[in-house]
Amino acid sequence: MSSAPQTEVKIAVEGLAFGYGSTPIQHDVSFTVPAGSIFAIMGGSGCGKSTLLKALIGLLRPSAGTMRVRGEDYWAVSDARREQIGRRCGVLFQSGALWSSMSIADNVALPLRMFTTLSAPEIDRLVRLKLDLVGLTAPGEMMPSDLSGGMRKRVGLARAMALDPDILFLDEPSAGLDPIGARRLDDLILDLRDGFGSTIVMVSHELPSLFAICDSGIFLSADTNTAIAIGAPRDLRDQCADPTVHAFMNRETPKSESAPGNGGPK
Amino acid sequence: MDLPAADSPSSALDSPAWDCRDEGARRTVDLSGDWIARRHAVPAAAIEAIGAVPGLSSLGFQTDRIGAWDSGLLVFVAQLRRDADRRGVALDETGLPPSARRLLALLPRQPPPDASVPPRRSPRLILGTWALSLWAEEKAVARILGETILRSGAAVRGQARMRGADLLTALQDAGASALGIVIVVNLLMGGILAFVGAVQLRRFGADIYVADLVGIAVVREIAALITAVVMSGRTGGAYAAQIATMLGNEEIDALRAVGIPLHDYLILPRILALVLMMPLLYLYGAAAGIFGGFLVAVAMLNLPSTTFLSHLQTAVAGSQILFGLGKSVAFGGVIAIIGCRIGLSAGRSASDVGQAATRAVVAGIVAVIALDAVCAVCANALRF
Repeated sequence: MSSAPQTEVKIAVEGLAFGYGSTPIQHDVSFTVPAGSIFAIMGGSGCGKSTLLKALIGLLRPSAGTMRVRGEDYWAVSDARREQIGRRCGVLFQSGALWSSMSIADNVALPLRMFTTLSAPEIDRLVRLKLDLVGLTAPGEMMPSDLSGGMRKRVGLARAMALDPDILFLDEPSAGLDPIGARRLDDLILDLRDGFGSTIVMVSHELPSLFAICDSGIFLSADTNTAIAIGAPRDLRDQCADPTVHAFMNRETPKSESAPGNGGPK
Repeated sequence: MDLPAADSPSSALDSPAWDCRDEGARRTVDLSGDWIARRHAVPAAAIEAIGAVPGLSSLGFQTDRIGAWDSGLLVFVAQLRRDADRRGVALDETGLPPSARRLLALLPRQPPPDASVPPRRSPRLILGTWALSLWAEEKAVARILGETILRSGAAVRGQARMRGADLLTALQDAGASALGIVIVVNLLMGGILAFVGAVQLRRFGADIYVADLVGIAVVREIAALITAVVMSGRTGGAYAAQIATMLGNEEIDALRAVGIPLHDYLILPRILALVLMMPLLYLYGAAAGIFGGFLVAVAMLNLPSTTFLSHLQTAVAGSQILFGLGKSVAFGGVIAIIGCRIGLSAGRSASDVGQAATRAVVAGIVAVIALDAVCAVCANALRF
């Protein structure tokens, strides 16, 4: 899959540093995400992938650096504007993060009810469409607690797409899914990108997914606390000279470590 | 690749529009405008009208003039496709943008199954189900009570598989941490009682008996009851919420899987903590209540402090303190058992945790007051 022909940049991150409280997690992170591409945030467990995602979706203010979404400095604009930008972004959280007190249809419908003036039947039709798109045939009245982990993720994706966002953030979309389910989700992500032209940023350490669908990506390291490689996952696998990246991408034990499996990639 | 135009918030969008062109039995729908779902929706009746032409054999699309589109277009075409299927009209998707066709291929052609409507339940069925669940609940509570009695013996002999640290944390939480609020609430109750009592007694020139009133009421009833109500809201609800959260996080499943007895590990320390701490809290509460009454009597009703104390001494017998102590032990056990039981029987979602906490508080307070009423009736029958 080649990247989309557009040259428009959806997200441009420059020298970003972030952390919790006074604990820095990553610094000097820079990358750009072209429109219509699938961008991967990679790295071993605990390197700050999900934290970077939090900064990108506006849940964590970075301590330094700039982040431009569609050309706008995301953290410099007013809160109201940031909310507006956020509404054009969809987020799939790691375990779905469905609102447990609502049926799955209500989960998908809530953003539509809040931010559009569509009538109830129109919203119902859109909700059914989104649930159908993610391949969920279950009736919308089911509660999140009645669903399996994979189904919850699908509903989470349907909710992320509720407002037809042009940027989708996915936190470990295929983690916890069986290989067939993970493959189907990969295909679905490609279909959504190709169909709606969405830009997709995903956190993942599922190597098959990374190689199959991602056009480019960034590799964060927990040791140096910064990005150590940028590029398409396939290229990183075949060409990257960094031993950690090479080991991660090829599912090997890093050569520097004597004990096998110690802190290596999962 | 053909992609819909980027929909920046500032760009002006046209309403979706379509023209129908008929060529014999084939109708071509020429789409134009912007098909953005959150801006404009096409009414279902309008979509239905497109295919409702007698003698139609196929429907096609032309999309040369279409602007931006997203799920708005998909909803439109999907509905048209379902209509066409229903009427036996062939739908030719070749005129649609290839990316839209790719997404359409993901959609099932059949409408989704309706949620099965649960059959109407007869009153007998509802009553029977309710009675059975009540019976099951009673059995579960009895089981916890029985296990507690059996395992407390083991705990005293040091054989229970309970972590000492857990018991100490529970003791601190149900004891020292709760002391402040128990004292404040009881102090105020004692004061209120003295005030209300004195106003009535003064009519008969008997305001000297306010010490008897406060002393007996606080020691026999108020201190134990108020302390139990406070602890039910504070600790009973917390037990239910903690255990329900552990259930949701699969922590309880993990304990079961490892084979750690739930009762020893989770329930026993909590019940023991409340049963051990409640009598102490009761004593502090009773002292605070009497002190509250004393303050009001001396400062506001101008009763001599020595009179108050001497009346108190004769009015409050040791057996009454024992009665209050005994009740507070029972209340502590009831609150802890209800909290743990409701926590363990909760659902696994976030809202279930909130419900469990609410139910534990309400059930705890109701049970404590009911038990207190039973105690009062029994004491009366025994002329105690």
